[in-house]
Amino acid sequence: MTTKEELKEAASTTVAAAEESPELSKAARPKPAPAGPAGTRFTTLSDVPVQPLYTADDLAGFDYSRELGDPGDYPYTRGIHRTMYRGKLWTMRQFSGFGTPEDTNARLHYLLKQGQTGLSIAFDLPTLMGYDSDHLLAEGEVGRCGVNVSSLADMETVLRGLPLEQVTTSMTINSPAAMIWAMYLVAAEKSGADLKKISGTTQNDILKEYIAQKEYIFPPEPSMRLVVDTITFGAKEVPRWNPISISGYHIREAGSTAVQELAFTLRDGIEYVDWVLRTGMSVDEFAPRLSFFFNAHNDLFEEVAKYRAARKVWARVMRERFGAANPRSWLCRFHTQTAGCSLTAQQPYNNVVRTTIQALAGVLGGTQSLHTNSLDEAWALPTESAVTLALRTQQVIAHESGVPNTVDPLAGSYFVEKLTLETERACYEYFDRIDAMGGMVEAIEKGFPQREIHEAAYKYQQQLERKEKIIVGVNEFVTDEKRPIELLIIDESVAHHQNDRLAALRKSRDNARVQSALEALGSAAGGDANLMSYLMECVRAYSTLGEMCDVLRRVFGTYDEPAF
Amino acid sequence: MPDKRIRVLVAKPGLDGHDRGAKIVARALRDAGMEVIYTGLRQTPEQIASAAVQEDVDAIGISILSGAHNTILPRITELLRAQGVTDTLIVVGGIIPDEDIPGLKQAGVSEVFQPGASTQDIVEFIRAHVKKAVTAGE
Repeated sequence: MTTKEELKEAASTTVAAAEESPELSKAARPKPAPAGPAGTRFTTLSDVPVQPLYTADDLAGFDYSRELGDPGDYPYTRGIHRTMYRGKLWTMRQFSGFGTPEDTNARLHYLLKQGQTGLSIAFDLPTLMGYDSDHLLAEGEVGRCGVNVSSLADMETVLRGLPLEQVTTSMTINSPAAMIWAMYLVAAEKSGADLKKISGTTQNDILKEYIAQKEYIFPPEPSMRLVVDTITFGAKEVPRWNPISISGYHIREAGSTAVQELAFTLRDGIEYVDWVLRTGMSVDEFAPRLSFFFNAHNDLFEEVAKYRAARKVWARVMRERFGAANPRSWLCRFHTQTAGCSLTAQQPYNNVVRTTIQALAGVLGGTQSLHTNSLDEAWALPTESAVTLALRTQQVIAHESGVPNTVDPLAGSYFVEKLTLETERACYEYFDRIDAMGGMVEAIEKGFPQREIHEAAYKYQQQLERKEKIIVGVNEFVTDEKRPIELLIIDESVAHHQNDRLAALRKSRDNARVQSALEALGSAAGGDANLMSYLMECVRAYSTLGEMCDVLRRVFGTYDEPAF
Repeated sequence: MPDKRIRVLVAKPGLDGHDRGAKIVARALRDAGMEVIYTGLRQTPEQIASAAVQEDVDAIGISILSGAHNTILPRITELLRAQGVTDTLIVVGGIIPDEDIPGLKQAGVSEVFQPGASTQDIVEFIRAHVKKAVTAGE
């Protein structure tokens, strides 16, 4: 058994020993000798300069309890739980969805059988944009990037036979998150599950859509209202659900630096808290269910520093900026996904290695759940064998590497602690700039985060083309090989299947009930009522996703990004 | 020597919003001295074809990552042909497997740039293949 005191002592001894050790002091430090060819710049993946050596001097005045605290203690730099993975491993949650609801249901069952411990549903583009499978704009896109869900009937098929009270389900859905969540809740109710017991997550993070992923339907103001409605409804009716997963993942995929990912995500979090507070709900009523989602890219230490800084900054924000009193409100609980944008189409087996390093970063950084990408995902959605290998990667880290045996094993590393401090400082600098603009919605309308990300993405691309940054198999160590792997093929039969189902549904349902539910939704949307119960009534009547979104498009209008 | 700048329409069809690639390519073409018009997101084939005609571009660069390329791209080339546009270079970038490339070329796409392509290669290809008389000072 290790007591809190022993942990503290051990940590301070490491730092103190170095302070006293003459060979590590600044005076005696060897001259930084470049280890690479002349002119090599040593930087993190995000282009932050890295010193040749870190010593106690880099942590002068470092206070253990102020900067770190023990795991499970404020400010949670070292982790949100005292025992972390000794108590419970992270949830292994592979993001899955393709083709028809039947295809996806089979994949979800398969993954549970392989030892996956949570579910995560990927939807296709028509669903993400609030169109039914038979909409003109859905042509060519049905079932390709995820599963098509046009109505409650599809959702019931996706979830068929899954133990909804035992397993948590995450759904990557944003603009139509309220509608898809309503479908999930009604499907759960119909299967006999108790809404007070079910748990899971809806991504529901519209701000990062405007910033990075660009799958928005409505303008920012009504979109934020929908998010607020889900958060306040969830706090009362589905208390174990995470109504939002405030996401840096897509910001990073769009080309941001690690610091930008962190800063924009947490500042989005602040924005959501501000908006919910305006409804009169107190911060501790909803903040414990806010959750986060970060990317895991290739630079191991930079990523670990980012996760540690995330917990620390969020705890301070909640306690000091918002006065939250419940410690659960201070916790930055997060999901991690390895970086899709790091995967290469060339030499796809290399992706297994990249994903392993990235997954390790997530685990060393104390993630609550993890998705590992499959080696074929630079080309297509993963085959069954590719996703199995990706899940096995997590299982090897969990059960063979020994990494989960102790909490926050990189703490006390001069480098990692310094990087954590620098990441935290840079994050607050972005907060100040965004606060000065009036908040995140205003910053987005000015195009600020969008431009910052684009600049970083363009700079990185130029570094690749000048070979200042190397991607194995792409700009160095290139081979002329034929693609060595088979791909998952999704064809137009999915669209035909979905369109036939939809036509049958429109005939068999009680269309008068659908009409009156949709009309009630429309008039509620024009006022300021919470829309969740109206959406659930529409769903019970088997209104389609497109029908519900069309009603709201009429009331709220749609959004097009101005040119920045 | 060319004294008229090459005009390129960078277009993003389909429902996908991932515009990192389209924006990087647009900027690289601009940095290479071309005049670039970016359509913005979620343009229908009709909108793209009519923008190409109105803007009288020398080349169209289409970014598509969602897997809908076999449906969307032939429609764009067909619409362009129907409007009498035959001398505009059409290049595509995105997640397009080798197997689909012959069909797309058959449909009128000149070149497909797959993941990992450098912007320099795209710039050079466009420079070498634009068909219109971009050298004539009008």
